[in-house]
Amino acid sequence: MTAEAAPEVARPGPRVGLFVTCLVDLMRPSVGFAAVKLLEDAGCMVEVPVQTCCGQPAYNSGDRGTTRALAEQVIENFRGFDYVVAPSGSCAGMIRKHYPELFHDDPNWLPRASDLAARTHELTSFLVDVLKVRHVEARYEGHVTYHDSCSGLRELGVARQPRQLLKTVAGLELVEMQESDVCCGFGGTFAVKYGEISDAIVTKKAENITASEADTLLAGDLGCLMNMAGKLAREGKATKVRHVAEVLAGMTDEAPIAAAAARRSGSA
Amino acid sequence: MTLHPTSPKFKENAHQALGDTQLQKALGNVRQGFIDKRVHAAERLPEFEALRDSARDIKNHTLAHLDLYLERYEQAVTAAGGHVHFARTAKEACDIVGAICRRLEAKTVTKGKSMIAEEIGLNAHLEGLGMEPVETDLGEYIIQLRNEPPSHIIAPAVHLTKEQVASDFRRVHKGLDKDRDLTEPVTLLGEARQVLRERFLAADVGITGANFLVAETGTSIIVTNEGNGDLTQTLPKAHIVLASLEKLVPTLEDVSQILRVLARSATGQDMSVYTTFSTGPRRPGDPDGPGEYHVVILDNGRSAMLGTDFQDMLRCIRCGACMNHCPVYHAVGGHAYGWVYPGPMGAVLTPSLIGVDKAGHLPNASTFCGRCESVCPVRIPLPKMMRHWREREFERHLTPATVRSGLSVWGFFARRPTLYRLATGLAMRALALAGGGKGRLRWLPGAGGWTRYRDFPAPQGASFQERWRKERANRKAA
Repeated sequence: MTAEAAPEVARPGPRVGLFVTCLVDLMRPSVGFAAVKLLEDAGCMVEVPVQTCCGQPAYNSGDRGTTRALAEQVIENFRGFDYVVAPSGSCAGMIRKHYPELFHDDPNWLPRASDLAARTHELTSFLVDVLKVRHVEARYEGHVTYHDSCSGLRELGVARQPRQLLKTVAGLELVEMQESDVCCGFGGTFAVKYGEISDAIVTKKAENITASEADTLLAGDLGCLMNMAGKLAREGKATKVRHVAEVLAGMTDEAPIAAAAARRSGSA
Repeated sequence: MTLHPTSPKFKENAHQALGDTQLQKALGNVRQGFIDKRVHAAERLPEFEALRDSARDIKNHTLAHLDLYLERYEQAVTAAGGHVHFARTAKEACDIVGAICRRLEAKTVTKGKSMIAEEIGLNAHLEGLGMEPVETDLGEYIIQLRNEPPSHIIAPAVHLTKEQVASDFRRVHKGLDKDRDLTEPVTLLGEARQVLRERFLAADVGITGANFLVAETGTSIIVTNEGNGDLTQTLPKAHIVLASLEKLVPTLEDVSQILRVLARSATGQDMSVYTTFSTGPRRPGDPDGPGEYHVVILDNGRSAMLGTDFQDMLRCIRCGACMNHCPVYHAVGGHAYGWVYPGPMGAVLTPSLIGVDKAGHLPNASTFCGRCESVCPVRIPLPKMMRHWREREFERHLTPATVRSGLSVWGFFARRPTLYRLATGLAMRALALAGGGKGRLRWLPGAGGWTRYRDFPAPQGASFQERWRKERANRKAA
């Protein structure tokens, strides 16, 4: 990985707290390790404080009490880091945009929430916009299409950064699908509570993905990826679905999302 | 009588809509029709984003001084020879309009497009008084023929295909050549014009909505593309304007600012074809115009939104951009929302007007993708306000019991990281096993809403945090 201004030369790199997100933590740890690799390659010192969830499921269900309790836990555990980085626009958006709103009438917590918000970034935008990373050392053979997850796109302006980095992956060809910026129908608990509507939306998304003729679908949020991968798998499509960090880090040994593990010799 | 809401049955409505092939075909036009046109219109105007800010600020200012501007507006209308009537409820508004029509012994009442008329159920009320309301906006005319409510606030018949409209015209327009060609939208429009022309001339009272009420001049303004509004309001004995109180703006200068974002956001036009200003009745020497000019200003729950989390919703200028860009609206159409206002703006406004106990589904049936807010010309934070409704529901225990108990169990563990690690560790290992070598599950207990339609990706096994701590311990040991 190369950066325009390499901060690690002059001084120790920034101390980054990885907010791994509850989905990556539980469902797909390999995304967390890919994020660590990208951050360390860019000169960061990465730490992983104890964590569970940013509170978004409770927040979007109208349960402010639980949301506040979880937000306070995150604010407390992520004190002292130069930056907090999440491989998710949704969770980073929750901390950046919604924590200050959540505590807007609390003079004790608001400054702490705002301080954390200012230090928190989505992974690809952190690499490109903050660390000025311009190039990754990775190889991926395939036609890749990128889905813009809603929160990252509209709350944090993540769109150009992942594409910019993907274009530096050797062997990778980026092809745009139609309506890449339209919701995949995940919406957290929406996907279960309004499953039929969610399905109608992800069906359309799957059509666009397939029509792009890409063999691989990438995005920056595991929730959306699980939704799209689950739909493509149910439809019997062979599209490989991965988190963008896996490809940028060159860590694609693990089976794609919702896909059977390839038979491999050696380590499990 | 106002439209009986079917919003409590939102899920059933949506299920029906998703299985309706005609509707799904028609909804394809919404996706394609509006979105690109808005983008191009906005790109052609470099100051578009700044104009959105200024439209927001004008509406905020007006709402902050609404009492003042309402009084000023009333004075100006009166000075121009018109009458202002304040209606607290839908019933009061219907009664006021009914009384005017009765006094004028109206038989036929022509109507321009008015969502307020839909909200108060005016057509049914007038029919009850023995009068015939005639919708003159093409879309409204079509749905009146079909006895349906509008499915979109600016394109009321957008849920229909042109084939369906042609078949309705053949059914209703008797005495025309049976073999006439009705395949093109323009021939449908021509036929409606021909039929409506006589109705315009016969009408005793004309009713229109209003896009703006201008406090400084007492002017009401409508924007249309068909010119039906002009004929509706100038030909009859009286013109009645129906508007809700948040349509006020202070000055004509303010209107000219907001007009620049209205049509661009709605249809991608720089301006709508007609922008019609009405100030009072016909004056001596005027060649035409109504003999009487009335404005009925409806509250119906809106003033109760002032000073609450929902005040910003009163900025809405009814352009329809939010629904044009909404994936849920694209999937199910407007009727599924079950009342007058569909899409994201309906999901916020409807609970305010008919109660969140009836409309509770609407603010929940959103992925919070935020596209609505990103295109709103007056920058209404629609997802945020839908979330506020979810909070009200949660506080009032209207959230379904299964969701509440699920949240509380999850919340209990999520606040206790050690317990959480134990519980989720077990659960993820079980799921990973259940996924077997396939990497996915076709069925997951408690998540039927997911697995009925798509597979559930299996977890990789041990959690990231567990692996990380091990790896760090190894690194240190090494």
